[in-house]
Amino acid sequence: MTTTPHSTDLIRLTAAEMAAKLRAGEITSVDLTQAHLDRIEAVEPTLNAFLHVSAEEALTTAAEVDKIRVAGGAEAEKLHPLAGVPIAIKDLIVTKGQPTTAASKILEGWMSPYDATVVEKIREAKLPILGKTNLDEFAMGSSTEHSAFGPTRNPWDIERIPGGSGGGSAAAVAAFEAPLALGTDTGGSIREPGAFTGTVGTKPTYGGVSRYGAIAMASSLDQIGPVTRTVEDAALLHELIGGHDPKDSTSLPEPVPALVDAARTHDVAGKKIGVIKQLATGEGYQQGVLDAFNSSLDALREAGAEIVEVDCPSFDYALGAYYLIMPSEASSNLARYDGVRYGTRVLPEEGPLTIERVMGATRAAGFGEEVKRRIILGTYALSAGYYDAYYGSAQKIRTLIQRDFDAAFEQADVLISPTAPTVAFKMGEKTDDPMAMYLNDIATIPANLAGIPGINVPAGLSDGLPVGIQFLAPAKEDARVYHAAAALEELLGGKGEVIWQQIPDLASSSVDV
Amino acid sequence: MADISRADVEHLAKLAHISMSEAELEKMTGELGVIVDSVKTVQEAAGEDIPATSHPVALTNVFREDVIGHTYTAEESLANAPDAEDGRFKVPAILDEE
Repeated sequence: MTTTPHSTDLIRLTAAEMAAKLRAGEITSVDLTQAHLDRIEAVEPTLNAFLHVSAEEALTTAAEVDKIRVAGGAEAEKLHPLAGVPIAIKDLIVTKGQPTTAASKILEGWMSPYDATVVEKIREAKLPILGKTNLDEFAMGSSTEHSAFGPTRNPWDIERIPGGSGGGSAAAVAAFEAPLALGTDTGGSIREPGAFTGTVGTKPTYGGVSRYGAIAMASSLDQIGPVTRTVEDAALLHELIGGHDPKDSTSLPEPVPALVDAARTHDVAGKKIGVIKQLATGEGYQQGVLDAFNSSLDALREAGAEIVEVDCPSFDYALGAYYLIMPSEASSNLARYDGVRYGTRVLPEEGPLTIERVMGATRAAGFGEEVKRRIILGTYALSAGYYDAYYGSAQKIRTLIQRDFDAAFEQADVLISPTAPTVAFKMGEKTDDPMAMYLNDIATIPANLAGIPGINVPAGLSDGLPVGIQFLAPAKEDARVYHAAAALEELLGGKGEVIWQQIPDLASSSVDV
Repeated sequence: MADISRADVEHLAKLAHISMSEAELEKMTGELGVIVDSVKTVQEAAGEDIPATSHPVALTNVFREDVIGHTYTAEESLANAPDAEDGRFKVPAILDEE
């Protein structure tokens, strides 16, 4: 007689372990999905990681997978390795049959007539979709406090933010509401929440994962990627969602690299790892973050890696370039929300009812403060007389940053830095100071400007809060970041420091809320 | 502080089709000044001879066959419209006239 593992144990497995148990027939996808739905019901009143939960649909997909497995034969053989393992989707990615809001009032109640390519792939592979996760409105923020539907709390300390913009996906994965999630990363929105919640998150090479169906913020920077608890799980999900898509004209023609293989190879002996001088020192970095960073370097060195220092002087201008390019592209992308063809329409309270005035009232009521700030900033940067000085200069900085990376990768196989300068901060701490909020992204932004892949991997705790380390590799060399991250994960885990397993029990902490 | 005036922000808000209250304009003017001051340093490093990068991993000549792909019915296209009539989107007056 086989014993069914208790559902609270089930949700604490890795996605790869869940998949193995499903394949072996030890558990069913319905039980696994129900266990996650139970967890969601239990902790959502505290966390608010989900904007929409699609229990019925998830269970239907799960039952389908179970039926195929029980029947066996060719169809069961053909099932994707992750079939039956549930997943959560950032609510910036469009889904048919479930609302997509981008955490904005302007899209409240909108139903996408199509699925994003990544969602199509997930449905094809039969991963039950648990629901849509919270984010900063239109992915504009670093704390998920800019969601129109309330902030998400960090499961490590519910007085703190989970990072952003993908705080919902990161919190859901950290708190065992989902083993897998999708995020989007424009300036660090997958990696920074990963650092703050002790989860793994990858920003793939630009064009490596289709953006078709990701609601656009800054089209030359946006990239969809995986959010998981382990590096291997991230690689599994990345391989599923990656690859060429004719519906995205910026999609790379190359097939997705062998990422899972890379994540299962842990040998770093002889590998050169470059410490980016500009992102490893200086003010703003908390001591606890630097301590975890230095311990990681020691562990890698002990394992035979060669640590070298690389100089990227143009990174001093990366934040400035980013906060010109991103709002410029965003102001253009968000012009489509005008209350004409879809979304909310708001009529002006007084005066004549013209389309101009209806658009003004619609966008005033539909957009939150941060979105307005970036649209106005972008409109300014693109306006006649300022275009060359601001947008034009920022694009030149982009070239310089690429050159810095090119030179750095001549000296090192991968680069390393802390993912964020601090651990998760308190809710409300930075909402009144836009520049302080923007500085969170200082270490993650250069990868987006250059289009290269980056991964966050948990590297320790500082006063009980997770610290994340980022690995970067040249464009199309995503396998290298998986290899390095898996190695560090293994080295730290070998010392009994599996970060994600050390999360405090949320059920007990929620009593005080 | 960058020389962004309240009138500038009012003009930008108009261009961006966002109605703003007096208080919002006031707050946005201050914030925008601080942000622009922080980001305008990019000009220091952006030399004349440096080419601009618009796309991180540039591709050229991305073509597809000139055939009709998936299309939506009028009904599907109008399903999310705030207002529709006779198979069309319905909007308030386009011209600011009686």
